[in-house]
Amino acid sequence: MSTLRPLPRWADILLLPIINLALAFIVSGIVVFSIGQNPLAALEAIVGGAFGNGYNFGYTLYYSTNFIFTGLAVAVAAHAGLFNIGGNGQAYIAGLGVILVALPMQFMPWWLTFPVAILAGAAVGGFWAFIPGWLQAKRGSHVVITTIMFNFIAAAIMVYMVVNVLKPDGVMAPESAMIAPEGRMPKLGAFIPWFKNTDVNFTLLLALACLVGVYILIWHTRFGYAMRALGHNPTASNYAGMSNSRIIMIVMTLSGALAGMVAVNQVVGVQYRLVLDYVADAGFVGIAVALMGRNHPVGILFAALLFGALYQGGNELQYVIPGLSKEMVVVIQALVILFTGAMEGMFRPGLQRMFGLFAPAPKPDAPPAVAAKES
Amino acid sequence: MTSNTPSGATSAQRPSGAADASEFAIELRKINKRFGPVHANRDIDLAIRRGSVHGIVGENGAGKSTLMSILYGFYTADSGEIRVNGTTHAITDSRHALALGIGMVHQHFMLVDNFTILENVILGAEDKALLGPSLERARKELVRLAKDYRLDVDPDAVIEDVSVGTQQRVEILKALYRGADVLILDEPTGVLTPAEADDLFRVLRELRDQGKTIILITHKLREIMAITDYVSVMRQGAIVETLKTSETNPEQLAELMVGRRVLLRVEKGPAHPGEVLLSVENLVVKDDLGVTRVKDVSFTVRAGEIVGIAGVAGNGQSELLESVSGMRDQSAGIVRLKGKPLSLEGDDGAHRARQAGLAHVPEDRQRMGLVTAFEEWENSILGYEDDKAYGKGILLDIDAARAQARERIKKFDIRPANERLKTANFSGGNQQKIVLAREMERNPDVLIVGQPTRGVDIGAIEFIHNQIIKMRDAGKAILLVSVELDEIRSLADRILVMFDGQIVGEADPATATERDLGLMMAGIGNKAAPQARVAAEGQRE
Repeated sequence: MSTLRPLPRWADILLLPIINLALAFIVSGIVVFSIGQNPLAALEAIVGGAFGNGYNFGYTLYYSTNFIFTGLAVAVAAHAGLFNIGGNGQAYIAGLGVILVALPMQFMPWWLTFPVAILAGAAVGGFWAFIPGWLQAKRGSHVVITTIMFNFIAAAIMVYMVVNVLKPDGVMAPESAMIAPEGRMPKLGAFIPWFKNTDVNFTLLLALACLVGVYILIWHTRFGYAMRALGHNPTASNYAGMSNSRIIMIVMTLSGALAGMVAVNQVVGVQYRLVLDYVADAGFVGIAVALMGRNHPVGILFAALLFGALYQGGNELQYVIPGLSKEMVVVIQALVILFTGAMEGMFRPGLQRMFGLFAPAPKPDAPPAVAAKES
Repeated sequence: MTSNTPSGATSAQRPSGAADASEFAIELRKINKRFGPVHANRDIDLAIRRGSVHGIVGENGAGKSTLMSILYGFYTADSGEIRVNGTTHAITDSRHALALGIGMVHQHFMLVDNFTILENVILGAEDKALLGPSLERARKELVRLAKDYRLDVDPDAVIEDVSVGTQQRVEILKALYRGADVLILDEPTGVLTPAEADDLFRVLRELRDQGKTIILITHKLREIMAITDYVSVMRQGAIVETLKTSETNPEQLAELMVGRRVLLRVEKGPAHPGEVLLSVENLVVKDDLGVTRVKDVSFTVRAGEIVGIAGVAGNGQSELLESVSGMRDQSAGIVRLKGKPLSLEGDDGAHRARQAGLAHVPEDRQRMGLVTAFEEWENSILGYEDDKAYGKGILLDIDAARAQARERIKKFDIRPANERLKTANFSGGNQQKIVLAREMERNPDVLIVGQPTRGVDIGAIEFIHNQIIKMRDAGKAILLVSVELDEIRSLADRILVMFDGQIVGEADPATATERDLGLMMAGIGNKAAPQARVAAEGQRE
């Protein structure tokens, strides 16, 4: 129906996600109830498990850090009309770059290693996304397909590298050597007692900086302008003389570099070594985060916090209520992704109708342009 | 509004007893429709005489399409009464409208491209689960309709293989097959060649003579004068006048549409051509499928003259424009600007063309010239976003860009005057002004303009034409491509006719008749081609 007008901005950004989230929780509650558990107790366990104390909140922030990076990676590509599904692979293979600079630098001060690790992670993650970008720009291979493929290639390479190259002799577990204790970056708990013994580390500050950086890039630079033009209308950007192929390659590289920051968080910030599967599907959660956050850094911040809380709270849930297995937690997370991500537009028409009922009285000096749309 | 018998088809044939029932097929009384703050239709009273062609004219946004959508059941009126054959009906959806004998031919065809004509005709009107009997019945019916109304089509031809004119016939047949007595046509000639339009008018006359009622929505006054019996003029959601076509003239209609006197003729002084600014030499261009669309074309445009390229759409004009402006790579040939060859290869060729002083108003502003999701000010720097005026280094000076956008809004009278409004919310004419302001205000040496007034209302057409002539008088070289022959004839100082990728002739707009140009456009004056080429060659400096 063309009588529906767009929602006010606040409703679009705030109200709609809250309604979606509420519905996700209601459906989750029904599922929890149907297996004989108390939904309210489960909700309390999740919220308490995510925000209840410094320890829990610290872990929530640690998970959120990863989701901010992967969410931004998806969002940057989305503004240029590209769907980067390869955040997982880019985040994963970036660990190679990070560990390859972190190990030789392990006897240097951490504040020297950290920025170098950032550059290395960005370079390798960016390179892994540049290849699909190049293939799209020059050969027309769709990035959706190639980035999925590159996830698998990255996984295979990492297994080979960790098991056959990086694993020190005599170690049973498939992991690289540890960074020497004197070269390890301290976690935030070392400075803020509230976060004691949690994994949240300086990479969180890097994530916040990336949020600001992406905001400036997209809305305040010439390049951001060009990539948005390409994203909305590639014919118009070609008309404007922008090199679409160049923009695609740069944007994909940036996107991969952002995803690669997950490796910094994991390898330098938490594990101090390279282990298998450390990304834990953060790349895919990033898609939901970007969707829910409307590809806007502020939205991504809150969406990443939500998913961080779900991960941490969900982990706690299985300890608090033994009847709810880890699989149950995955079901709840999936429902949240389903309602806030995949079906995020479901309530929009209804909400628009509701706002239509309470619409302000027509202004006498109505712009004629709106009427022009109908003919 | 009260609803009568749900089976509208039977009630439509039954006169309601009143004498006027046989006189008017459709009567609209006090129809009102609001979209939020916009009063799209206000107190519309309209009576359509049975067996007549009734034209409805008005500028974009005057409310024509809304009114017809109400009649066809897409929208429901906020208030008012619709009478079909003298009986009041509350038309709830298009199926209901069809049952009442009202059919619509949309501006954009609603056909399935890979179905045959026959399959398209029965689409949505299949009798049973098995298609066979429906198809047989439809085939017989098509033969009958073809004979009655001289609407010949090949029922087994696939839609994507037939011409646009034929596709439109199929739309008309679809409506007739469903028993339409009243046919609504929304801007039917927008996509047709002059010959196809003439053919459409012949069919419409045939239909009228057989007792059908036709409502023709258009903004082209020539069509109104050519085909309608009555004409209603809409302005700002209201009907300002209903006239007998034989008792009015285009000037009066234009004045009623716009609400002030409009010059339909372009006033311009003689051209004073100077040095050659743009020269195109032996240009060959292929389209995306690798088909050669521009075949060895050469011409020049001098300072202070407008060179118009006439031709039926699809004869290589689009590819020519895209190539000269740097959007599309050329296979062979040279484009020179002020004598210097332009390097246009690569996907940022348009950027280099702009930097060299060549501005381009594209044929399709929504697909090409604008990012409609952008705010107005963002579009006012499209293609020039790297200019120093919009900031230093990598950052964009948003305040500077907005301030400049506000200036241009004032200068070009762009409405609404709000640079933060999304471009999609501007009307066609105002969108075109945004593009024109952007391309003209940068003071280029050469301006390439494609279809400058397509989908633009009369008031804005006058403004746009005057701006183009102002550019010419300022000593710029202007290359104009338009499928509107009238526009070419009134604006251009020199006309080149393009057919099948070649320039087949050159004409002087002062002396060339429409017939001469039409023949060349149809490729019939093809023998003139070699001479024309020689003429064009001779002019090269």
